[in-house]
Amino acid sequence: MSGIAQSLDALPLIGLVFQFLGYVMANLTFMSQTTVAVAVPITLAALCGVLCERSGVVNIGLEGIMLVAAFVGWMAGVAAVGVFGEGTPSPFFGVTLPLVIGLVAAILAGMLISLLHAWLAISARIDQIISGTIINIGAAGITGYLYSLVSGLSPTGAGSFAAFQPPKAVVDVPVIGWLLNAVLNQGPIGLTTIVIVIVLQIMLFRSRWGLRTRASGEHPRAAETVGINVIRLRYRNVVLSGALAALGGAWLSMESVGNFNAGMTQGRGFIGLAAMIVGRWTPLGAFGAALLFASATGLSTSITISPPDGSLGSVIGFVPGEFWEALPYIITIVVLAGLIGRSIAPAADGQPYERESAS
Amino acid sequence: MKIRGPVAKLARLGLVALKAVASFAWTALKALAEPAAAFGLALVVGGIGIALFSGLVPGRPAFDYKLPFAAYGALIGGVATFDGFTSTLVYSTPLILAGLGVAVGFKAGLFNIGGRGQFLMGAVGAMAVVTMFGGHVSPWITIPLALLGGAVLGAGAGFVPGFLKATSGAHEVVTTIMLNYILVFVTYWAISGPLALPRAPQPITADVGNLNGALPILIGRDGNMGIFIALLAIPVIWFLLFRTTLGFEIRAAGANSEAARYGGMQTRRLIVLTMSLAGFMCGLAGAVTLLGVVHRMAPGYDTTIGFDAITVALLGRSNPIGVCFAGLLLGAMRAGAQVMQIQAGVPGELVDALQAIILLFLVVNILRRYLARRRGNLPAAPVIAAPGTLDPEPAQ
Repeated sequence: MSGIAQSLDALPLIGLVFQFLGYVMANLTFMSQTTVAVAVPITLAALCGVLCERSGVVNIGLEGIMLVAAFVGWMAGVAAVGVFGEGTPSPFFGVTLPLVIGLVAAILAGMLISLLHAWLAISARIDQIISGTIINIGAAGITGYLYSLVSGLSPTGAGSFAAFQPPKAVVDVPVIGWLLNAVLNQGPIGLTTIVIVIVLQIMLFRSRWGLRTRASGEHPRAAETVGINVIRLRYRNVVLSGALAALGGAWLSMESVGNFNAGMTQGRGFIGLAAMIVGRWTPLGAFGAALLFASATGLSTSITISPPDGSLGSVIGFVPGEFWEALPYIITIVVLAGLIGRSIAPAADGQPYERESAS
Repeated sequence: MKIRGPVAKLARLGLVALKAVASFAWTALKALAEPAAAFGLALVVGGIGIALFSGLVPGRPAFDYKLPFAAYGALIGGVATFDGFTSTLVYSTPLILAGLGVAVGFKAGLFNIGGRGQFLMGAVGAMAVVTMFGGHVSPWITIPLALLGGAVLGAGAGFVPGFLKATSGAHEVVTTIMLNYILVFVTYWAISGPLALPRAPQPITADVGNLNGALPILIGRDGNMGIFIALLAIPVIWFLLFRTTLGFEIRAAGANSEAARYGGMQTRRLIVLTMSLAGFMCGLAGAVTLLGVVHRMAPGYDTTIGFDAITVALLGRSNPIGVCFAGLLLGAMRAGAQVMQIQAGVPGELVDALQAIILLFLVVNILRRYLARRRGNLPAAPVIAAPGTLDPEPAQ
């Protein structure tokens, strides 16, 4: 068996492909686990986008919402540590009181910023892309301002949630063990995200709320005619979606790193928007697209940590390290440009709705 | 009764001139009132924010109501000297150039958030030209070619999202942002690879000042020639927008893309051209900054010009003259922020936060809403035309 593999690997050029496949197989457990983890904030951002745009509101401010949530979550954790002490991590995801306080604060902050976007987009009826851009600029500015003040005090944060460690029996299941590990070896936000994807997919296409949401995104006037309060529905969806983007932000500062850095979202909100488009405005599709984009990071992280050997290793050695860091963004652009013509947005996406007033 | 005589004639002429000046001043005042109101309100809100978090500033009590005055005082004091004035001009230069780039996009209904990447490409392009000549060529040739090289590379960075939008419909907001991150890594690669100074202990490029590439200082301590490039670009872009066919097409497409298409304009070509032009201006901003101010690039070289240019274009209503004033205003804030940080301990990031608040007040038309409500009218239409509305395909 290994003799055949060796002779395949030795083939000129095509051998590289076999070597690459072999490398991926050997590092599958690590790579898949990283991929799912990296996909979590992208998915949450994409879900936020789906919820908004299905009801007819474009939200490019979700990058800023994530950043604010990441900062507020971390900051509230710092404050809570100051008041209650760090606390002992419980065996259940390493939960401590400051972490819970941080998470709740992050979600509330995200919903508050979303409310601002909802007001600007729905009531003030200003251009929604401009409104989102203002939120992004403001989020970067205000978190940057406060972080530069707070970091001077070298504060103690609340740390981060621990990942669930699946029992060894599960990881060792033949053939799909790596997959089970990838899905289960996540923190609380990661595991919740997978549940949210499934619930939202069902809700959006099988529930009364889902039908109403889609109706007000496709044809708000018709929706209003059959008695749906489009304005209220859009408000509710946008504010709720803020909680999703905020979870994505909280994942960054409270599950992945356990710390905050200025501008730490690094375009994940926008990658989420691309995932939403590539996933055709469905939760499951968006999750799939997020996994695709994240797999680039999974691959590049793996190559950085354990570089492949043999001729594949020497070929990869010629590629500058910056290429691997840029790869997720490159894949996003390529997939977006390749698929876009076949992915159609909700008809009333981004158009402010104005009631036909009797007065 | 009619008064005759040369004195009366002169008086009448004077009256006409006075009326013209007054009407011009009134128009200018009306145009300035809204941005000024937004700016003033933002300063108030920003001041409240400074006071709220003053406890975090070293050596300040909590809720220190004096801190905002100290901060704004330091900011203004930092700008109100001759050096502060030239420093304002230097900071304004890339803001005006890149602001013009974003404004041209807005005029066509395209939203260029790619200023960051295009700026970086401008710096890399200029650095590449200077490195290539290696100081063996006269500055009279090096500098123009370096500026052009940077601008062309920036135009390339604008061309890509334009081309993608024209051919596949991929929205420029997402593609320009993705491209920003890619180009940041391209810049790091260029600094540590092809542009790196040989035999340097850490990756860093050569100093353009040693290679006949630095823009000459013309005003005061640091007022480089780039200021005049920006001042020259304003009438050039104005002429392009308002006196050429391309400019007419850009404005027509921005005002009503369906009508423009119906009128026989090739919107695909227009999207590619406009995005390339926007990239050209942002690239020029990067080249001017590299050759005039920073002179060399080290790893981590980056810019906030992408968002700043959007603020400048929105604040200047996408009009070249408005962009000039908005660029000067933001440039003054950036120049004063340094002094503010040192003297009052208030971080310079305040300017970023203020930008967002200014824009917020500007787009919700505080003044117009207030006046409209007093007169009992409906709120006026938004000041800013919707960007991102120029589509390659006709609407279904």
